[in-house]
Amino acid sequence: MPDRFYDVVVVGGGNAALCAAITAQRGGADVLLLEAAPEALRGGNSRHTRDIRYMHDRAGAFVTGAYTAEEFWEDLQRVTGGETDEALARLTISESADLGDWMPAHGVRWQQPLKGTLHLARTNVFFLGGGKAMVNAYYDTARKQGVEILYEAEVQRLNVDDGVFRSAVVARGGASGEVRAKAVVVASGGFEANIPWLKEYWGEAADHFVIRGTPYNQGRLLKELLAHGARPVGNPREFHAVAVDARAPKFDGGIVTRLDSVPFGIVVNREASRFYDEGEDFWPKRYAIWGGLIARQPGQIAYSIVDARGAGRFMPSVFPPLQAGSLTDLAGLLGLDARALVATVEAFNRAVRPGSFDPSRLDDCRTEGLEPPKSHWALPVDQPPFWAYPLRPGITFTYLGVTVNRQAQVVLRDGRPAPNLFAAGEVMAGNILGRGYLAGFGLTIGTVFGRIAGREAARHAVG
Amino acid sequence: MPSAELVQEAARQMVICNACRYCEGYCAVFPAMELRRAFSAQDLSYLANLCFDCRDCYYACQYAPPHEFAVNVPRVFAELRADTYRDYSWPRLLAGLYRRGGLAGGVISAVSVAAVLLLVLVLGGPGVLLSAHVGQAAFYRVVPYAAMVLPALAIALFGLAVLLAGAIRFWRDTGGSLREMLDGRALLRATADAFTLRYLAGGGAGCNYPDEGFSQSRRWLHHLVFYGFLLDLAATTVAAAYDHLLGRPAPYPLLSAPVVLGTLGGVMLVAGTVGLLVLKRRSDPAPAERRMVAMDVAFLLVLLLTSLTGLLLLALRETGAMGALLAIHLGMVAALFVTLPYGKFAHLVYRYAALIRGAIEQARA
Ligand SMILES: Cc1cc2nc3c(=O)[nH]c(=O)nc-3n(C[C@H](O)[C@H](O)[C@H](O)COP(=O)(O)OP(=O)(O)OC[C@H]3O[C@@H](n4cnc5c(N)ncnc54)[C@H](O)[C@@H]3O)c2cc1C
Ligand code: SF4
Ligand code: SF4
Repeated sequence: MPDRFYDVVVVGGGNAALCAAITAQRGGADVLLLEAAPEALRGGNSRHTRDIRYMHDRAGAFVTGAYTAEEFWEDLQRVTGGETDEALARLTISESADLGDWMPAHGVRWQQPLKGTLHLARTNVFFLGGGKAMVNAYYDTARKQGVEILYEAEVQRLNVDDGVFRSAVVARGGASGEVRAKAVVVASGGFEANIPWLKEYWGEAADHFVIRGTPYNQGRLLKELLAHGARPVGNPREFHAVAVDARAPKFDGGIVTRLDSVPFGIVVNREASRFYDEGEDFWPKRYAIWGGLIARQPGQIAYSIVDARGAGRFMPSVFPPLQAGSLTDLAGLLGLDARALVATVEAFNRAVRPGSFDPSRLDDCRTEGLEPPKSHWALPVDQPPFWAYPLRPGITFTYLGVTVNRQAQVVLRDGRPAPNLFAAGEVMAGNILGRGYLAGFGLTIGTVFGRIAGREAARHAVG
Repeated sequence: MPSAELVQEAARQMVICNACRYCEGYCAVFPAMELRRAFSAQDLSYLANLCFDCRDCYYACQYAPPHEFAVNVPRVFAELRADTYRDYSWPRLLAGLYRRGGLAGGVISAVSVAAVLLLVLVLGGPGVLLSAHVGQAAFYRVVPYAAMVLPALAIALFGLAVLLAGAIRFWRDTGGSLREMLDGRALLRATADAFTLRYLAGGGAGCNYPDEGFSQSRRWLHHLVFYGFLLDLAATTVAAAYDHLLGRPAPYPLLSAPVVLGTLGGVMLVAGTVGLLVLKRRSDPAPAERRMVAMDVAFLLVLLLTSLTGLLLLALRETGAMGALLAIHLGMVAALFVTLPYGKFAHLVYRYAALIRGAIEQARA
């Protein structure tokens, strides 16, 4: 363990931590960054990301149009249903305005529009190579700037006296040591990878959850901050979850395990029954509800079934579909009751009303007299071969976090801000995003608050 | 054909990439991949030859080892390319030999040099090797005209024929018709991409070579080698024209076109090949493939030795070393041409074909 007294120690190695470390160092501080993961797996969930949302007043080379602060705010209000701290949300939005320049200035590269494939978006910019390339660029910048970086360095405890941070206890290479600093930035993500913790709310069901991101986000420091009197924010039971292929790795499967097949067929549970409207809405709304839906089904498993008509209409998936020439055989492959599956599909097919199928809009292909209905894109499932994908809840992140103020200082239960204890990223995102999700907004919060925390921590440490 | 395991492994990785697509902005491979859902051995050869081994997608990959998906696209593609160079060349025996890479390259070079020296000895007696030859047609006093021109021509023509046959078979196998090959716009696009090394530019930042940092060094060194080679080719062509059309046999004065072009080309080649060899030595082995590295090194060494001996010959052509140097240089040139269709040089042909195919597909999509 480095035997030095640092100005700022940053806990975490993802987007928020890196933005904090780079900014604190720029602010004249002597910075140590502690990342729990080994170098090859550094970067937390940030290394699985693809794009970031930011406010801008006009179109540019990488965005097709303006995305004003007001529109941004309205979107945020809509998805959170008002569960957001307006002052912090508006701060996030206004501070995001320069991301289009700040990120490239720190090594991140935007992806050029491609013919036929990636169309530019209006609200979000995409990084060339994805999140790992972004994280690599930040590590490179931080290192060149003089930030000291330690991998496989898990912070286990924080020594805090009445809201004042003193030191961090770090485990590294089988030993443990104490790192002292004038200020700390906690940017260690959520607790979604901590299955025992999830079990406190979900019971045994949590054993069947797939964690889309890093196994290192154990929420250790979140628990530590709460134990030291930080005021919690966000519903601890809630998480953002999507439907992923049940064959996905338990951790770190990232983006490729998600499945886009749902609207092109039906979804049944272990009892071979449908349980929700597969045609309710477009991605991303549909995308973000199916994880939670499946988490509430028996055995936390479901099966997306499409026939020859639906096959090939969605993004290629990473695991091959289970394929059969008849529904009975398919039921055999899936271990479902064949008669129940045939009955479900037949009832569905009978309820489908004719319409003109159009996956690019909320079309008029729907069921009638069926519970639950399929309100769009409903076509009979009757043309072999039949395909099935087993689905599990894939947890993206958890909502529980610590309250912060505009300086990114952790706010204690009695309302006092902790003077030298800062938080950024997923660990405080619940202040702004108490519920729901906006694509690319996780990184916005992390970048904005990472920079604020870095700036304020440096100011606290070196004046 | 590449082994079934290799094809399966490359297809496995492409299925992951196709579900991910984060790297689609890096090079021509990903847009081409996105047009497919399943990957045959032929599709994979085509994609592998579109790959410039810039390694951007390796360092950017969230699934690179130690992740259990173990995606390492540049490596699996390098293996496939090594197989392409072997499978599409003829005769198999030579291709198989050269597959041993460095060693085979060295052996072939040594044998060719020895053969030329032997020829000289038999034809002219030991005296020619050790005495100075100056003036008009001095080279031919060391190696007689027919002995110099005919084997060289034969080897070069044979090499070109092997490469052309390989290119045509490759084109057919990867699903192209001959008419398509004459698609003017695609040819133009592919040629521009090849001559500028567009994809090694990495959109301005360069590529992840020799390591994780971005650098343009490989691109510039490759330019030196490629354009150096072209200059030397031009020098040889001009010299041939002087000789056969104007009746002015070599050697030429220092300020004549063949010597100026040849010297410039030679210096560029030496600088470029040495630079690339140094980069290769320093490069991260994780995304590299052993067989391909051996091929690269062998080819670079043969190129380097050919240009070095050429430059030496120029510098010492009026001394007693001229005879021996000429023989060695001609031996190296012979080695270069003998090995062309079986080693790394072949990338020129297959990569160009793949770029044309890519341009056609993208225009259609
Ligand atoms: C598959 C996937 C795709 C996503 N795509 C996007 C997207 O395109 N755009 C977007 O905006 N958001 C996306 N998100 C959400 C986004 O990943 C998060 O909002 C964001 O990465 C959070 O950043 P962070 O720095 O707070 O946390 P993380 O990036 O998760 O970093 C947490 C870090 O803390 C380290 N750590 C944890 N505990 C300790 C400890 N005790 N000691 C030391 N270090 C510790 C971890 O190793 C890790 O490096 C995606 C998430 C997933 C899972
Ligand atoms: S190389 Fe990795 S990150 Fe890039 S597209 Fe393939 S799987 Fe995705
Ligand atoms: S190594 Fe470079 S050229 Fe090859 S596939 Fe990856 S990004 Fe493309």
